[in-house]
Amino acid sequence: MKNIKVLGTGCANCKATLQLIADVAKAKGVDIQLEKVEDMAAIVGYGVLATPGVVIDGKVVHSGGLPSRDKIQSWL
Amino acid sequence: MNFKKSDARWLAAVALGAVVWWVLYTHLLEFSLVAVRLIGVDQATHLGSALGFFIYESPKVLLLLAGIVFLMGIIHTFVSPERTRDLLSGRRLGIGNVMAAGLGIVTPFCSCSAVPLFIGFLQAGVPLGVTFSFLISAPMVNEVALTLLFGMLGWKVAGLYLTLGLAVAIVAGMTIGRLGMEGDLEDWVRALQNSQSAGRNAEDPMTWPERIRAGLAHDREIVGKVWLYILLGVALGAGIHGYVPQDLIVGLMGRKVWWAVPAAVLLGVPMYSNAAGIIPVVQALLAKGAALGTVLAFMMSVIALSAPEMIILRKVLRPRLIAVFVGVVAAGIMLVGYVFNAVL
Repeated sequence: MKNIKVLGTGCANCKATLQLIADVAKAKGVDIQLEKVEDMAAIVGYGVLATPGVVIDGKVVHSGGLPSRDKIQSWL
Repeated sequence: MNFKKSDARWLAAVALGAVVWWVLYTHLLEFSLVAVRLIGVDQATHLGSALGFFIYESPKVLLLLAGIVFLMGIIHTFVSPERTRDLLSGRRLGIGNVMAAGLGIVTPFCSCSAVPLFIGFLQAGVPLGVTFSFLISAPMVNEVALTLLFGMLGWKVAGLYLTLGLAVAIVAGMTIGRLGMEGDLEDWVRALQNSQSAGRNAEDPMTWPERIRAGLAHDREIVGKVWLYILLGVALGAGIHGYVPQDLIVGLMGRKVWWAVPAAVLLGVPMYSNAAGIIPVVQALLAKGAALGTVLAFMMSVIALSAPEMIILRKVLRPRLIAVFVGVVAAGIMLVGYVFNAVL
């Protein structure tokens, strides 16, 4: 099972990203473990410069702006 | 560049869109005159002139904005924050500040990610003063503000705003850099400074259809958010246009009122708006005799100095550094206001 973390301090796009990933996973029937990371030091620790950031199994795959549905599908 | 059939289709769609855009934009005045006549209000009355202003101005500004924001979305696919960071890493004060202010215009930036960006820059060895030049320029000198100024007040005012906004960002960043205030960063941030080499993440190259889609997504995000502000702003502007007496505005915001500039800057700090909501009002105030320097100072203050951003930055900066930041930027903006009022 993939562990997906969404990094962000509560901006509108961060919430939308979380929701979109959950939706795509549900539509594809893929089981994922979805987490929200809001602690600033933790976010900075991943080295992202723009939120929302997306981390899959410890690896940063996206930063800044809402990822497209296609992009999320390719991650899962 | 290797071209595929799907690329060609996308480019054709963009070209067609550009033509439609151009025809609409160049014929707006005729459309608005027809519309006012259809509504059946006399052009010569207050209501008629206010209505005409509204029907002409709002689609004009929205069209212009949609075009520029689309192009900017494409430019953003070339200039990521990571690339900007790598370009600024290890630069000296001076040239570094000039580059940072310039890159602030084209790099995608959202004040909600100001903190990770700030720390990421310091981590990669971007000097503190250079980082501040970027943080001041990025929100203040942006494509939405410039497009609206251009659309409503003409290229001269837009050009002045661009030049002076960059100047404030460069000088304020250099001043903060010279003061050597690294000791006023919070400890955990200081520990991270210069801890990492730049150029870690390689970016995957994008195709043109992807870039075009990014432009459209940027349009949806920005125009989808600001259209309401623009309509409200233009409606308010139209009201001022038709009804508020000129003497009142000249007495409060005219060139002879010496305290108007600092008052405008002070008033702007607690206000937090994007450029879109404020510019239509600005235009109407100017038309009624408010001084350009006072109005621009107000606008810069609203956009560049905002209470919410201070609260976010408090996580990484000690109060003394925040105070210096606000003081230096406010002083720069006031100087811009006075210079404008004196010269024009």
